[in-house]
Amino acid sequence: MEKQSIEQLQKICTQLRRDVLRMVHAVQSGHPGAPLGCAEFFVSLYFDILRHDPNFNMDGKDEDLFFLSNGHLSAGWYSVLARSGYFPVEELKTFRKINSRLQGHPATEEGLPGIRVASGSLGQGLSVALGAAQAKKLNGDDKLVYILLGDGELQEGQVWEAAMYAAHYGVDNLIATIDYNGQQIDGPTEKVMDLKNLKAKWEAFGWEVNEIKDGNNLEAVLEGLKKAKSLSGKGKPVMNLLYTEMGYGVDFMVGTHKWHGSPPSDEQLADALGQLEETLGDY
Amino acid sequence: MSLDLKFTYTEKKDTRSGFGDGFLEAGRKNPNIVGLCADLIGSLKMGAFQKEFPDRFFQTGIAEANMIGLAAGMTIGGKIPFAGTFANFATGRVYDQIRQSVAYSDKNVKICASHAGLTLGEDGATHQILEDLGMMKMLPHMTVINPCDYNQTKAATLAIAEHEGPVYLRFGRPSWPIFTPADQKFEIGKAWKMIDGKDVTIFATGHLVWEAVVAEAMLREEGIHAEVINIHTIKPLDEEAILESVAKTGCAVSAEEHQINGGLGDSIAQTLSRHNPAPLEYVGVNDSFGESGTPTQLLEKYGLNAENIVKAAKKALKRK
Repeated sequence: MEKQSIEQLQKICTQLRRDVLRMVHAVQSGHPGAPLGCAEFFVSLYFDILRHDPNFNMDGKDEDLFFLSNGHLSAGWYSVLARSGYFPVEELKTFRKINSRLQGHPATEEGLPGIRVASGSLGQGLSVALGAAQAKKLNGDDKLVYILLGDGELQEGQVWEAAMYAAHYGVDNLIATIDYNGQQIDGPTEKVMDLKNLKAKWEAFGWEVNEIKDGNNLEAVLEGLKKAKSLSGKGKPVMNLLYTEMGYGVDFMVGTHKWHGSPPSDEQLADALGQLEETLGDY
Repeated sequence: MSLDLKFTYTEKKDTRSGFGDGFLEAGRKNPNIVGLCADLIGSLKMGAFQKEFPDRFFQTGIAEANMIGLAAGMTIGGKIPFAGTFANFATGRVYDQIRQSVAYSDKNVKICASHAGLTLGEDGATHQILEDLGMMKMLPHMTVINPCDYNQTKAATLAIAEHEGPVYLRFGRPSWPIFTPADQKFEIGKAWKMIDGKDVTIFATGHLVWEAVVAEAMLREEGIHAEVINIHTIKPLDEEAILESVAKTGCAVSAEEHQINGGLGDSIAQTLSRHNPAPLEYVGVNDSFGESGTPTQLLEKYGLNAENIVKAAKKALKRK
């Protein structure tokens, strides 16, 4: 894929946010908050960082792979997959509807290109990504495996089983990222179940931790992901702490858990879309 | 007085050793086969594979949920993972991981579960899972296999290595008669009619196939001719074989080292009720947990041995 300028990438971010809001609004269900906060991450990965082929094949040999462990960010993932050529942008309108390949949470059952494992039940993705990374090593494939996890998701015990395993086996072809927005369904993570010092936790588990302080600044995200790549291949798994704001890009949605799993009304959608320029054409 | 058994044995061995030997042989044939185990390599008999193929074997520590996810991930890139642990930890403990990452995602993972059922023995009910077949057969895409002795377990292990798709393979700990041939061909989903009969059919799976063979000889002494069918594949179930046999005998017994609820008997009952309602008696654990004891004591106390199969067969016959 041809590299795009920051201005072009920024336009894709805006369009991704419009896609997410329109998709969730159309079915009056889904999760707008977190994907709005991860637009810069998704766009940086799919339009710059990943060495990937939108002519999807499940095995992904000699390609970088991406896994989404926090599957409820599906609207954002589907948008970036469609906008980068995995399937027609038109298909976004089928999100969460009957007979669609765009299930509420990502799935392989309907054969949607770009998805390699189902996710939605939290805490499982890191294990799967580690398995895929180890398969790459066994196959002599030098490409990387990327994965996004939610911060609330870290409350699942399996994540820490995987954390231990990754360091034990030195799975250094894996670059994980935590969407560190500090919010989950029931409220701020520090009130629901405090994650305390995440950097220290991952370091204590034997990971290389890379902080990306402004996760909603495209240049900072690109730079952070490039740094993460430079940290790979050195014997340790890499964890990006990506500081984002849930709901970023829409003034009344930003920085609160209230839009974790709630769709906007007609008026709210109009208000939100008014803040986000249509850059690539709505689906 | 000794029974006139249609199948006999000269040696006893654990079915888990059949798995271990089959796993090693499959690994020699196919370099894509990899192994994972959650701190039970010796108990699962996976050590020989680990020794011969250290780069293709992954000790996961006591972390079964992670192991299932790893196995699912390794299939992406073409590996064929055999993930081993005790049946309890291979199913109930990781049901959601299997459901989402393996079954729903249709990954080519082989879940290899040892120490299933009451015959695990002295460790007691915490480890004696009796619900695993039900949990696994309910999952779409999942194939469920429960072989009866060392030879059949080895053959099944080689067969699942060639089969594309998620599989649950259940085996056990006790030393058990080896009464099936070493050179048998294992066909997934194809029941094996071991003994012809006309009066009643005994559908048995796992260790209880041996008990069914013994029961058949006991019944024959009383002039009752039982047909014995080895249902090594719980899912997909060989409905044709079941219906063909019951069309002839008119009644049946299911025998399994599992809860009656959700087990093989339930699957047979579904088949019969749809196509040929006929009396069916269940030999299995009746809605209770197990306890510590020797395998023989436990099979007797919970009503799973040959004597109980004989009783059930007579009851089924009376209901014809």
